[in-house]
Amino acid sequence: MKRRVVITGMGIYSCLGQNLDETLKSLYEGKSGIIFDPVRKELGFRSGLTAKLEKPDLKGVLGRNQRVYMPEQCHYAYLATAEALKNAGIDNDHLAASEVGLLYGNDSTAEAVMKSIDTMREKRDTTMIGSGGIFQSMNSTVTMNLSCIFKLKGINLTISGACASGSHAIGLGYLLIQWGLQDCIVCGGAQEVNPYATGSFDGISAFSVRENEPAKASRPFDRDRDGLVPGGGAATVIIENYESAVKRGAPILAEICGYGFSSNGDHISVPNVDGPSRSLKMAIRESGFDIRTIGYVNAHATSTPVGDRNEAKAIADVFGNCKPEVTSTKSMTGHEMWMAGASEIIYSMLMMKHGFVAPNLNFEHPDEDSAKLNIPSKRIDKQFDIFLSNSFGFGGTNSTLIVKNIKQ
Amino acid sequence: MNRNELISKANEALSSEFEVEISSIVPDANIKETLDLDSLGLVDMVALIEGLFGVKIQAQEVNAITTFENMYDFLYSRLNG
Repeated sequence: MKRRVVITGMGIYSCLGQNLDETLKSLYEGKSGIIFDPVRKELGFRSGLTAKLEKPDLKGVLGRNQRVYMPEQCHYAYLATAEALKNAGIDNDHLAASEVGLLYGNDSTAEAVMKSIDTMREKRDTTMIGSGGIFQSMNSTVTMNLSCIFKLKGINLTISGACASGSHAIGLGYLLIQWGLQDCIVCGGAQEVNPYATGSFDGISAFSVRENEPAKASRPFDRDRDGLVPGGGAATVIIENYESAVKRGAPILAEICGYGFSSNGDHISVPNVDGPSRSLKMAIRESGFDIRTIGYVNAHATSTPVGDRNEAKAIADVFGNCKPEVTSTKSMTGHEMWMAGASEIIYSMLMMKHGFVAPNLNFEHPDEDSAKLNIPSKRIDKQFDIFLSNSFGFGGTNSTLIVKNIKQ
Repeated sequence: MNRNELISKANEALSSEFEVEISSIVPDANIKETLDLDSLGLVDMVALIEGLFGVKIQAQEVNAITTFENMYDFLYSRLNG
């Protein structure tokens, strides 16, 4: 028999805030985290736009022998996870006595790879790369670091599913708990923000060039959108079997009720309508919910011309005459890529818990497809108890999660 | 570089990189224990010394360098040999 899976803790480090409280405030106020970064122009970027993140100083928090293996995104992931575990009421004693798992989305660690190769080329001596190079340069760097820092003993695995990585991490964790293979899993997604991580992405003209108005550059669903803005950070959710969460007196925030997934089987970068549509339908079918009960849709919409259009078509196809509010929080954060599927669950959770839908910034003129959706450009104060969150990625990987509020 | 300059330069760099009080780096102290080096940390120490003095400590030489005094002797002989 399938077991119920609940969310008991959350933590975040993003351009909207370095913790949940700061992030909630930014969401409520509809604040943009996007800036113009002149360093990118010096590096030959077509677009100098990016989310603004301050790299945390973990000296004094973690030892040198821990930090030396951590690239940029691991710093964010550590802080997000520490906050999530604390909020879930999970301490070191609990971690030592249990088999808590770890599934985290990450799909690049470009800066670390680049630095190692630069050193190798310059010094012609691999010892000079140092001991951190190998551990920082592997795609599983986030899970290998977090599992050692927090002494986790359950499943330990990185999920690389492009821009759906964080969402798939939560979805796969949900399945493992549902089927009784794990009781508690730390899930999330991390994304490096340094220019080297996104140079090749910029190279395919995927980014907005509205450089004179950074806060207006990310404009999902708007007629005049011209590309995405890269962002990042890390987001962690603690998911648990309902019974064991109750038994340990955990704060039970919400229940994950549906996970849908699909592959487009199509173009490597151009999304279609059928793949996302099947992912949405699968999640809704799995949840057993009447779509009229879904009060909010957190869209994947990244502000690219084709991606937003096809997602709007998929949402309109699935929801028909139902018109829940649809927004893309990427209008504030830019595209948090490997992190986005996890962070957007947290953004949606914060909205659901505090009774509002954050604005889809810069939605000034709909196009033919977005006109069929209910997209608020201003904050809407409303109570809702079920939301759906989409995440899609290169290669046509799609993930959809459905979460239901639990009021304690 | 005279021996005192060498010792001062090495101690400052090791203290900074491995985050230990410079006062804990004394000639008779065990390097691995003082700097909290496991096998990976030892790689970083070798890289640090190479970057600082241009002297490569070969794998077979590392085992013979137990104390800071051993290291100063090794470096001094290589730099002045």
